[in-house]
Amino acid sequence: MRHTISILLENEAGALSRVAGLFSARGYNIESLTVAPTEDPSMSRMTIVTKGTDEIIEQITKQLNKLIDVIKLIDLTEGIHIERELMLVKVNVSTAHHREEIKRFVDIFRGSIIDVNETNYTIEMTGTADKLDAFIKTIDSTLILEVVRSGILGIARGSKSLHL
Amino acid sequence: MNKANEAEMMIGGDIFVNALIAEGVEHIFGYPGGATLHIYDAIFKQNKLQHILVRHEQGAVHAADGYARSTGKPGVALVTSGPGATNAITGIATAYLDSSPMVIITGQVPTALIGNDAFQEVDAVGISRPCTKHNFLVKDVKDLAETLKKAFYIATTGRPGPVLVDIPKDVTINRAVFEYPETVEIRSYKPVVSGHLGQIRKAADMMLSAKRPIIYSGGGVVLGNSTKELIDLTRLLGYPITQTLMGLGSYPPTDKQFVGMLGMHGTYEANMAMHESDVLIAIGARFEDRVTGVLEKFCPYAKIIHIDIDPSSISKNVKVDIPIVGAVDQVLQDLIQTIKETDQKSDAGALTTWWKQIETWRAKNCLNYDRNSPLIKPQFVLEKLSQLTEGNAFVASDVGQHQMFVAQYYQFAQPRHWINSGGLGTMGFGLPAAMGVQIAHPDETVVCVTGDGSIQMCIQELSTCQQFDLPIKIIMLNNGYLGMVRQWQELFYDKRYSHTYMEALPDFIKLAESYGHIGMRIEKPSEVENALAEGLAIKDRLVFMDFVIDQDEMVYPMIAAGKGHHEMLLSPERELA
Repeated sequence: MRHTISILLENEAGALSRVAGLFSARGYNIESLTVAPTEDPSMSRMTIVTKGTDEIIEQITKQLNKLIDVIKLIDLTEGIHIERELMLVKVNVSTAHHREEIKRFVDIFRGSIIDVNETNYTIEMTGTADKLDAFIKTIDSTLILEVVRSGILGIARGSKSLHL
Repeated sequence: MNKANEAEMMIGGDIFVNALIAEGVEHIFGYPGGATLHIYDAIFKQNKLQHILVRHEQGAVHAADGYARSTGKPGVALVTSGPGATNAITGIATAYLDSSPMVIITGQVPTALIGNDAFQEVDAVGISRPCTKHNFLVKDVKDLAETLKKAFYIATTGRPGPVLVDIPKDVTINRAVFEYPETVEIRSYKPVVSGHLGQIRKAADMMLSAKRPIIYSGGGVVLGNSTKELIDLTRLLGYPITQTLMGLGSYPPTDKQFVGMLGMHGTYEANMAMHESDVLIAIGARFEDRVTGVLEKFCPYAKIIHIDIDPSSISKNVKVDIPIVGAVDQVLQDLIQTIKETDQKSDAGALTTWWKQIETWRAKNCLNYDRNSPLIKPQFVLEKLSQLTEGNAFVASDVGQHQMFVAQYYQFAQPRHWINSGGLGTMGFGLPAAMGVQIAHPDETVVCVTGDGSIQMCIQELSTCQQFDLPIKIIMLNNGYLGMVRQWQELFYDKRYSHTYMEALPDFIKLAESYGHIGMRIEKPSEVENALAEGLAIKDRLVFMDFVIDQDEMVYPMIAAGKGHHEMLLSPERELA
C-alpha cells in the first residue's frame, strides 16, 4: 500500500543522505521525496511517498525514527490528510489552435500560464498527483516540451499537526 | 578578544585530548598520519591519556571494540584520513552489528581542500554512514568539544553503537576556548528507559499461563548489564533458558535451567525446546537468521514476548505478540515485581511435563564427540581450557569453526568475558580484540582462540603485543583449512573444497618467536592439558599455542540452510563415550 510519511528533521548537512541512504540500504522504495526548511530554519520538513506491506511500512517508520537527525514523524496515511503537488509544464503552442486549446485546458484544470513567448507557454498547476496525471493525459503529448514536478507535499487535516 | 581570553584558548589538538580526558577516557587505540599530526603532537605532550599504537587501523578499531565489550566503557580509536578511515571501516561495521559503544575519530584533509580529491581524502562521513549509529564532520574548532560530548553520549546510551567524528586538519590547529559540557541535550534523540507497564502486565500474564515456555536471551542483556535481573527472573519462573551467541556469560552455564546456546550450532535441546514452545520470552535478542533458522518454520506454536531497547528490532524478522520497548534492566525489574505481586501462579504440572520432555532431548548429549581419537579434537581443547580457567578467562575469538567450538564448550561464568564478532562475522577480530581486553584488564587471563585462517588476517598485531607487553594466550586450532567454509563444501558441495585449503602456512612458532613471543606446537591429545596449563601459567609473555587438530572435524549439531529448529543434523559421534 502507498504511504505518505511526513518527517521533521534537523536542517543539517547530510540529513537528507541519511534518509535516502536508509531507503536504498534496506531496499525500501521511494516514489517521491520533497524537503525544504521550515519556518524554524534549524529544521527541515520532508515528505516521502513510499509503498510496502504493513510490516515494511512499520519498519520504515521505526528505522526513520532511529536516525539521530529525525526529530519526529507521522504516517499521514493513518488519518485524513491533504496532499498537493506542484507541476510546471512547458508546451509548444506555435499555432493559434494550440494556444486556444491549451488555454482552455489550463482553465478547466484551474492552472495558470506563467510564461508566454512566441512558440511556447509555461503552465503552473497544483493538485493531487492524480489531477496532474490527468492534465498530462489530456493535452496532446506531442506538444509537451518539458514537465517538472515537485513531488508530493502532505499535511494532516484538522487540528493534528507535526511540530516540536 | 581580550588578552585573558586568548590565554585560555588552545588548539584543536589539545581540545581533543582534554575532551577525552574530561570524558574519562584512559586508553585510545590508533595509528598516526598526516591529517592527525596536530592531535598526535597533543597526545605526546601529556601523560593522562595512554595511546596504544597498533599495526593496522582495523586492529585499532577491533582493539577499542574489545576494550568496550569487556568493560562496558566506550572504546576509542584514532585513525588518519583516507586509507586510515577506510581501513577502520571493517572494525566500525563489526562494532555496529554487535552494538558496541565506540567513538572513532578520523583525521580529514583541511576544510578548504574537502571535495577536491586532495591527498588521502575520502568522504569518511559518507562511507561510514550505513555502519555507524551516527557520525559528525567538525567544521569549526569551536564545535569540537561539544561534538565529542555528543558522540560519547550517542555511542553509550540507548542501543549502543559506534559514532564516528571526522576532524579536518585545520580544525586541530585552530584555536578556541576549551569548555567540555557536562551533559548534552539532543532534541531528536531521546532513548527510552522504562517499558510500558500495561505491556509488562500482559507479558507477565502470558508468561504465567504458559505450558511450554522458554526464555531466549541475547547480547542486549550483556550490553544492558542485566545479568542479575535475568538470573532472578529465570529462577523465579523455573523456566528453561537458552541464549544466543552474544548472550553467553549472562546466565550460569552449569545451571540446570540452562539448555545451551540456540541456533545454527546450538544444542539439540535448546532448538527443540524453541520449536515446541508455546510461549517464547525474548530478552535483548534480535531474531537473527543464524538463530531462527528458516522463518516459516520458526516456533510454530509460540506466542512471543519481546523485550528490546530498539523499537526497530521488534517485529523486524518475526512478528511478536507482546512487544516491550525499554532498557532491559528496568523492564526485567518491573516484570519481576509484577510476577511477585500477582496471585496468578505458573502451571506446575505442565512445567514438570515440559522439563521431562526437555530432559529427553538433553539425553541425546548432542555435544558429545569422539574422545578416543588419536588426533586432537578441537572440542577437547576448548573443554580443557574451560576447566583450567574455570570459565573465568576473557576469551576473544575470530570467526569460523573455532568460534562455534568456544561457544559450545567454553562455560562462561561471567558476562563481558566472551568477545566475538557475532553479527558481522569478522575474521581478524580476535587478536586485536584480545589486545583491547588485555589493556583494560592487565592482570586477567586473556585468551584469543583462533584458526589458521583468521589469525593471518590481523597477524601484524603480534608486534603491538610485543611493544605493549600484552601477555595474551593465543590458542590456534590449526587444521590447515578454512574450516567452516570447508564444512559447508563437505556437506552441501560434494566435497569440492574450492579454495579452502591453506597451503604454505608459516611456521607459527618461529613467527611468534620472531616477534619476541613464546611459541608452542601441540600435536597429540595427551599433550593438550599440560600444554594449556603450561601456557596459561606464563603470566608475563604472549604464548602462541599452535594446536594441530583433526582436519576433518566439523561443528555439530547443525541446522542447515532452509531448515527449522527441529531439523538438526547431529554428529555421528553423539552415541560414543
